[in-house]
Amino acid sequence: MNNIYLYILVMAGVTYLIRVLPLTLIKKQIQSVYIRSFLYYVPYVTLSVMTFPAILTATGSMISAAGALAAAVFLAYRGKSLFQVSLTACAAVFLLELLPLPF
Amino acid sequence: MNNNATELKKGIKDGLPIALGYFAVSFSFGIMAGTSGIGPWQAALMSLTNLTSAGQFAALSIISANAPYGEMAAAQLIINLRYCLMSCSLSQKLGKNSPPIHRFLMGYGITDEIFGVSVCRPGILRPAYFYGLMAMAVPGWTFGTLAGSFSGSLLPQRLMSALSVALYGMFLAVILPPARKNRILLGVVLISMAASLAFSLLPLLRDISSGMKIIILTILIAGIAARLFPVTEEADEEQEASHE
Repeated sequence: MNNIYLYILVMAGVTYLIRVLPLTLIKKQIQSVYIRSFLYYVPYVTLSVMTFPAILTATGSMISAAGALAAAVFLAYRGKSLFQVSLTACAAVFLLELLPLPF
Repeated sequence: MNNNATELKKGIKDGLPIALGYFAVSFSFGIMAGTSGIGPWQAALMSLTNLTSAGQFAALSIISANAPYGEMAAAQLIINLRYCLMSCSLSQKLGKNSPPIHRFLMGYGITDEIFGVSVCRPGILRPAYFYGLMAMAVPGWTFGTLAGSFSGSLLPQRLMSALSVALYGMFLAVILPPARKNRILLGVVLISMAASLAFSLLPLLRDISSGMKIIILTILIAGIAARLFPVTEEADEEQEASHE
């Protein structure tokens, strides 16, 4: 059996380097319009890809998940805070799973 | 100084949904760690030092297989490579003369969620705000792991199910308001979601790991969007000016 602490050290080391190197090495404002535009779009693509369709299988049933998605999209589109949107999505799941649905 | 305190507070407030979502996810990680023969404190140490979901879940099977350390390093590199993109993006949000110490500390806190929330704020990113997010996210992730490890039945299943959408709700709250004001962004969001759906349904594409899928789609879609709809300097400055 290999050493668990050594595993953790290797993982943490690799992960930290990936995270910290670009942040510390790229100090200047990037001049290329293409790269700047690319980096501008990155979070929107990444977060969209992570959210959908993963949200649909996150809960106990797809019905409650769809309810959470609808509630979150509605409130987020109206510009509510992260906290409000997030908690309303949770509440939607909780309430929908209380209903005696036949599946 | 006062300014920093305000930013920190704002970060802590925005970090609350992150902490809730992390608690739910790391709780189930703690349970799984237990079944893979990893003790509660070891699992919590892993969460505290790694602060990453997919990488840690993958690590469990690598550790139970007693795989070589090199394999662990390679797996983490591939699964977590997306943080490299995020780190590049974040480097452009910091003020020019922000001291290196901030960069070293903030690097540790780059997760999908902390990145997503902080990078989409208009204008220059202040480290204090980032630390506020971290101050919520790190304990949420670590204590969730510990709680899950010690007692898989600490929270009712129904509550866990509800908490598991907290992060997704937060993501939507981050991306939708700007997308509403900008048709190009809205298109990027919808295309990204459609592509992600395709990747989870179609044969072959379906077998690609979630970390890899994020990298491929991000490079592809952001790359095409940047070519077709470059963001002009003026629009950038306008955005920063409106913030001040």
